Amino acid sequence: MPGKLKVKIVAGRHLPVMDRASDLTDAFVEVKFGNTTFKTDVYPKSLNPQWNSEWFKFEVDDEELQDEPLQITVLDHDTYSANDAIGKVYIDIDPLLYSEAATVISGWFPIYDTIHGIRGEINVVVKVDLFNDLNRFRQSSCGVKFFCTTSIPKCYRAVIIHGFVEELVVNEDPEYQWIDRIRTPRASNEARQRLISLMSGELQRKIGLKVLEMRGNAVVGYLQCFDLEGESGLVVRAIGTVCTLDKLSNTSAFLPACNSPSKEMKEIPFNEDPNPNTHSSGPSTPLKNQTYSFSPSKSYSRQSSSSDTDLSLTPKTAPSPQGPRIFLFPSSPTLSCDSPHLKKSCLLLSGSALNPLHSSHVSPVVLRKSVSFTEELLLAASGMGSGSAGKEGGPFKTLLRQQTQSALEQREFPFFTLTTFPPGFLVHVGGVVSARSVKLLDRIHNPDEPETRDAWWAEIRQEIKSHAKALGCHAVVGYSESTSICEEVCILSASGTAAVLNPRFLQDGTVEGCLEQRLSWQPGFFSIGSEKGEVDFFPQSQDSSSLLGIEEASPPGCGFCHIPYDELNMPFPAHLTYCYNCRKQKVPDVLFTTIDLPVEAIVIGKGCLIQARLCRLKKKAQAEANATSISNLLPFMEYEVHTQLMNKLKLRGMNALFGLRIQITVGENMLMGLASATGVYLAALPTPGGIQIAGKTPNDGTYEQHISHMQKKINDTIAKNKELYEINPPELPEEIIGSPIPEPRQRSRLLRSQSESSDEVTELDLSHGKKDAFVLEIDDTDAMEDVHSLLTDAPPPSGFYSCNTEIMPGISNWTPEIQMFTAVRVSRLGNINLTNQTLNKNFNDLCENLLKSLYFKLRSMVPCCLCHVNFTVALPEDELVQIAVTAVAITFDKNQTLQANKAPTEKSQQRASTDNEEQLQFPLELCPDPLASQPSLPAKEVLEGATSQTGIPAAQRAASLDKTSPLAEGYLRHRSVPSCTNSTVSVVKMTPLSFLPGAKITKYLGIINMFFIRETTSLREEGGVSGFLHAFIAEVFAMVRAHVAALGGNAVVSYIMKQCVFMENPNKNQAQCLINVSGDAVIFVRESELEMLPVQPSTVVSQPTSSGGDVTT
Amino acid sequence: MTSDLDIFVGNTTLIDEEVYQLWLDGYTVSEAVSRRLRGGLLERSGTSVSVLQSDTRDHFRTFQMLERLLHSPPRLCQQLLFQIPPPRQAALIQGYYAFEPALARELLGKKLSKGTKKELDEVSARTGLSLRACRRQFDNFKRVFKAVEELKGPLAELIQQHFLLPPPLARDYAAIVFFANSRFETGKRRLQFLSFGDLAACAQHMMGHWTQGAMTPEAAEPDGDVPRSFLQDLKELKVLVSDKDLLDQHKSLVCSALRGKISVYNEMETNFKVLDPCRSDHWSLGDLRLFLGSYTTAPRALGGFRHQLLWERYMAGISACLLRMYHE
Repeated sequence: MPGKLKVKIVAGRHLPVMDRASDLTDAFVEVKFGNTTFKTDVYPKSLNPQWNSEWFKFEVDDEELQDEPLQITVLDHDTYSANDAIGKVYIDIDPLLYSEAATVISGWFPIYDTIHGIRGEINVVVKVDLFNDLNRFRQSSCGVKFFCTTSIPKCYRAVIIHGFVEELVVNEDPEYQWIDRIRTPRASNEARQRLISLMSGELQRKIGLKVLEMRGNAVVGYLQCFDLEGESGLVVRAIGTVCTLDKLSNTSAFLPACNSPSKEMKEIPFNEDPNPNTHSSGPSTPLKNQTYSFSPSKSYSRQSSSSDTDLSLTPKTAPSPQGPRIFLFPSSPTLSCDSPHLKKSCLLLSGSALNPLHSSHVSPVVLRKSVSFTEELLLAASGMGSGSAGKEGGPFKTLLRQQTQSALEQREFPFFTLTTFPPGFLVHVGGVVSARSVKLLDRIHNPDEPETRDAWWAEIRQEIKSHAKALGCHAVVGYSESTSICEEVCILSASGTAAVLNPRFLQDGTVEGCLEQRLSWQPGFFSIGSEKGEVDFFPQSQDSSSLLGIEEASPPGCGFCHIPYDELNMPFPAHLTYCYNCRKQKVPDVLFTTIDLPVEAIVIGKGCLIQARLCRLKKKAQAEANATSISNLLPFMEYEVHTQLMNKLKLRGMNALFGLRIQITVGENMLMGLASATGVYLAALPTPGGIQIAGKTPNDGTYEQHISHMQKKINDTIAKNKELYEINPPELPEEIIGSPIPEPRQRSRLLRSQSESSDEVTELDLSHGKKDAFVLEIDDTDAMEDVHSLLTDAPPPSGFYSCNTEIMPGISNWTPEIQMFTAVRVSRLGNINLTNQTLNKNFNDLCENLLKSLYFKLRSMVPCCLCHVNFTVALPEDELVQIAVTAVAITFDKNQTLQANKAPTEKSQQRASTDNEEQLQFPLELCPDPLASQPSLPAKEVLEGATSQTGIPAAQRAASLDKTSPLAEGYLRHRSVPSCTNSTVSVVKMTPLSFLPGAKITKYLGIINMFFIRETTSLREEGGVSGFLHAFIAEVFAMVRAHVAALGGNAVVSYIMKQCVFMENPNKNQAQCLINVSGDAVIFVRESELEMLPVQPSTVVSQPTSSGGDVTT
Repeated sequence: MTSDLDIFVGNTTLIDEEVYQLWLDGYTVSEAVSRRLRGGLLERSGTSVSVLQSDTRDHFRTFQMLERLLHSPPRLCQQLLFQIPPPRQAALIQGYYAFEPALARELLGKKLSKGTKKELDEVSARTGLSLRACRRQFDNFKRVFKAVEELKGPLAELIQQHFLLPPPLARDYAAIVFFANSRFETGKRRLQFLSFGDLAACAQHMMGHWTQGAMTPEAAEPDGDVPRSFLQDLKELKVLVSDKDLLDQHKSLVCSALRGKISVYNEMETNFKVLDPCRSDHWSLGDLRLFLGSYTTAPRALGGFRHQLLWERYMAGISACLLRMYHE
C-alpha cells in the first residue's frame, strides 16, 4: 500500500442554473480515483455551494497513482430523474509523486463539460502521502522527473546525459467502438479523454522505468504525441532524453556568480583524499590502455528497442530512485555547485571503464570496489591527458574519439531530444538528418504488443542513425518525431542534427561519471599547485581542453561549425573553407540544424524567421496506390523545400539555419510542406554569395532585360536585408578563403513539376554550396513566378523581429513583458482547376497574411520579437487548410541594443547577467589579453549584475508593466479607476520558451500534459466555427493556468500545443475539436524582487580569484 | 481563398481601446472597420484591409464573450477564462457601464420596463446614439436597478460594491435608480431645461436628506425610495400653505428677515416660493440662497407650527435642489 491520496472538496462558484424553476442548482460532487468513488452531500439551492467536505482517502499503489487521473464530477441532484452532470475536472496527480515538485494541489479549477465548455469553478485540495517502500516489486517509477523543456532545466545541473528513451502504447479509440453508436457524444468524449489520460499516465510510468534502469533520475525534452489513427486505433508515443540531474542549491540559483565559496569548501575533501599517492601517479600508465579496451555495457540497448520494457528484469536490479543519490552522497555536495565551465575543462573518461557498475548486483561492496578502481583509471588517464598538453594530443584525441564513438554506438539510438546544451557539450555539428516513411495503417490487433508501430519507428531511427554516421557523427541532437495521418495513410517523420558530442556528460548510466570528472582534473590541479587557484590553471576553456586533450584547440565560438566528417571522403559534395573565426579548421559554406543557436556561437547581426512553403497536388487514391504516389512525391517536396530555404537564406545574406522543422502534411488530394527555421549569419562561416539568375533563352532581348531587372531586384533585396538584419561581417583578406569558383556543371535546377524525370531525383544535389553565387535557372514562367514569390516575403514591420528558436540571435536585453498566443486559421481553397502554382500562391498568402495579422495585433508591444514561432499545418478536409501558430511576443529595450552594439563586451556581460546559469561567457573573443583582464572581470560582472537589478532597468521594468494596456492607460488618464481589489485570480504566465525574461525560475513543479475534447451541436449559436474554437482555446488556456496555480506555480514554460484537430459539419450545425497541450509548471521570481533577498556582494567581490574561473570560462 | 475560421487567443486577453469603444457604440464589424480605416490606421501600421477586418472581428468576438461577464463585474474579476490585469478589468467595466447623459435624461423617471425598451428607437433617433448602444445602456440601468432593488443601505455604495464602478459613476446610477423608483415626472416641458447632471444632483440631495439611509444608516427600507412615512408626514406641512393665517405669518417673518438684504425684495413678496418667477425676475443665486435659508428657519418663530424638524428636513432637500436647478 504505497500511497494514500487525500481529496477535499471545498466549494463551488458560478455554477450554471440547472433548475429552471428555481433558477438554482442542487449540486454535489463525485470524487473518483481508480475504481473508488466518494460523494459529497448535496448542497441545495445554490450557485455557490460550500461543501467543505471531509478528506476523501484513497489507498492505492503507486502504479495506479501514476496512471490514473483524479476525476471530479460535479452533478445536479434530481429527486425524480437521473442526476444531471454539470461538468468534470481531471487532475493529474503526478507532480505530487516526487519530492522536489509540488506538495499540495489546491485551488479553483474550471468545471469543464465537453459539450458546454467551462461551467463554473470548484475549489479542491489534493494531497498524497507516499510510504517509502524501497524493496517493493517495482512497476512504478515515482520520483522520476519529467520536463518538456529541451534544455537542462534552469535550477538543475546535468551530472550525466544518458540518452534516448522512447515508448509507445496503443489502444482502441473509443470514438470508433461499437458502443459509440448508442452513447451520447458527451459520454463518448469523456471516455476518450479519460482513456488518453490513462494512456499518457501509463506511458510516462513506463518511460520512468526505463529511466531508472538507465540510472537516470529525469527525462528532459519529453515529447508526448497522439496519433489518432481512426479505425485502427489510438497511439500515444513519447520520446525524451534521460539525464541525471542535480538540483542546484538555492543560493547558487539566486547568486550564480558567487558559488565559489561553496566550491572552496567542497574542494577540501579532495585535499584530504585518503589515497594521496594516486595524485602523483605518472602522466602515463599502462592502465590507460585497459580503459579503452573495456567493452561497453549492453544493458541499455536491450530495452531501447522494444517498447515494452521487460519489467520482470527490473525489480531486483534497479535501484530505488534514491539509489544513485545514496552513492553520491560523499561527493554530491561538492558537485551541486560545480560550475559548468569547470566541467568543460574536465577530461572525460570512458563510461565503459565503469562496467562493473552496470551489472545487476548493486551491492555496496561491489560499488566501493568499482569506485576505487575507477579512481585509479581516471587518475592515470588524466595524468596522461595533462602530459599531452599542447599539440601532442593527436593520438590521444583519436583514442578518445573512438572510445566516445563506441560508447555511443553501443546504444541503439544515440539521440538527444535536447536543443540547447551545456557549454562544451556540442563539439561539431554535421547538419540536418531526416527520414520519412509512408505506411498504411492497419488495425492494431493486440494492444499489448504494438510491434508494428514499434518496428516502423525503429526503422526510421535506424535510418537517421546511418545518415548521421555518413556525416561522420556519432550522435543526433535536436531530435524529434512526428506523424501526419490521412485516412489509412500515415507519414512518419523523424529529424535531427548530426553531431559530435563531448562525451564527458555521457557516462553510461553511472554516477561515477561525475566523480570521475572531479578526479580527472583534480590531480592536475594539485600538481600545478593549489595555492594558485584554478584561475591560473584554467585561464581559458580552450587551453584547458587542449591541455586535457579533448580536442585540438577549438575556439568555443566556432568549434561546432567545424566539419566532423572527413574532408577527403565527404558524404556529399560541399564547399569547404577554413573557418573564418579560427582559420584552423574547415567549415561548410552553409549550416542547417534543428537545434537552438548555441550560446557560445559568434553571430553577426540579428536573425530572422525563414519559411519555405509548398503544395503538391496528388490524385485521390486508395490504400497502396495512395501510399505509393505519396512516396513518389516526397523526395520532390524535400528537394524543393530545401531549395526554397536556401534561396531565402541567401536572399537575407545569411549562412546558417537553426531550429529547422520541416513538416509534411498529407491530405486527400494534396501534400503540403512547411519548413520553418531561424536564419543567422555565423561569423565562422563564409559570406554567402548572392543569387544569380540565368535565363534559358539567351537570344531574346526583352527577356534578357526582364532577367536583368529581376537580378537587380534580388540584389537590392539582399542589400536591404543586410541592412535590416545588421549583417556587416568584417572584411577578410582573400587568400585565406578557398577557391570559390562557380562550377557551372553543379548548378542546381529548380524542379518544376511531377513530370520531371525521376532519374534526377536520385541525383538530388542538396549541396548548393559548390558555387559562390547561387544560380537560379529560369526555364519557364513557373520558375519566374517562383522567383517572384521569393521576393514577396515581406519583412516584418519595423520594430518587429521573429524567430522560431528560443532566443533571437542579436537581441539580449529583454524586458519582462510577454504575450503568448495561439492563432488558428482555416481556409478554403477554391476547388476549380487547382494547379500547384495557384495552390502554392494561396498557401504562401495564407502564411504571410497570418504573420502580418500577428504583427498588427501585437503592434502595441513594439519593439518586440516573436520567439519560438511554431506553425502547424493540417488538411482536415478536401479543400481546407488549417494553420495553427503558437508563439510568444517579448518586448526588448531598443536603447540598450544600441549601446550593446557599440560595446560588445558590455553586451555579453549583460547577456551573462540575464542568463546566469548558462555561463556562456567566453571572454576569449572579447578580451585580447584574457590573462590580464580576467581577474577584473568577475568583479565587474557582479557590479554589472547589481546595477542591472537595482538601477534604471528596474524602473523601466516597472514602467513597462504599467503600459501593458493602452486601454487602461487611456482610462487611467482621465478617471480614477477602482481596481477589482477582491480579485483572487493569480496571474499565470505561459510561454513556449524555457525561460521568462527578467525572471529566475526557482522551482519546477511538474509536467502539465492535458488533453481536451470539445464538441457542439449548436455551432451557429456559439458564434460559428471561429466563436467555437476561440472559446475552446481560451478554455484550454484557462484550465492550464488553473492547474499551474493550484500547484502553487505562476508560469508554464516550454508550453506547446501539440495537437489541434478541428472538424466541422456546418450542415448539421456541429463541430468537434481535440487539443493536446503540455509544458512545465514553474515558480519564477522577478529579478527585481530578487534584489530584496539578502545578497552579499562583498563576499563575492572579495574573492575574485576563485570566482574568476567560474565566471569567465 | 477565404478564411472560414480565423482566431487569435492571447494568454493575456488582448484588448484594443479604440475597438472596444466602437463596439460599445454599437457599430457592426464592417462599420467599425471603415471607421478605423478613416482614422488612418492603415497608413500608420502599413497593413492591409483584410488584416484590419480579421483583427476587428477577433476583438468583437472577444467582447461578445466578455459581455456575459460584464453583466456581473465581480465575476469578471473572479473568472478564470480570460486573463486580464485588474486595471484593465476596471477599465472594461467602466467603459461598459458608461452612458450617454442625454439618454439617461430621456429615461429618467420612466419605468425601466419592456415598454420603455420598445421606445428606445425614438430615443435613439433623438439622441443620435445607435439603437444597440441605447439598448446596452438601458439594460445596464435595468440591471443595476434590479440588483439593488431589494437591498438595504446607501444606494451609491451598494452599486459601487455590486458593479465595481468608480464612485462618481456609481452615484449617477444611484440617481437613475432613485428616479426610476420614485417615478418623478422629469419629462414635463417645464423641466426640460434641466440636464441629467442637474437631476442627478437633485436626486442625491433628496436621497441625502429625505431617505431612511440619511436618518439611520442601517435603515430597514431600501435607500432608493423616499420613505412612505416621510411622505405621509409631509402632509402635515400643508398647513403652512393651506392655513391662511400661518402663511401670512410665515411670509411676513421671511420678509422682515430679508429686508435690505435682497436686491429684488419687491418681487420676492409677490413671487413667494416659485422658481420660475425668480428666474424671470433675474434673481441672483445668492439671493435665492438667502431667501431659502430664511424661508426654512422662519417657521421656528411661528406659533402653533409643530413640525419644525420635518420642515427643515424637507426644506434642506428642496433648497439644495432649487439651488441646483436655478441656472440659465
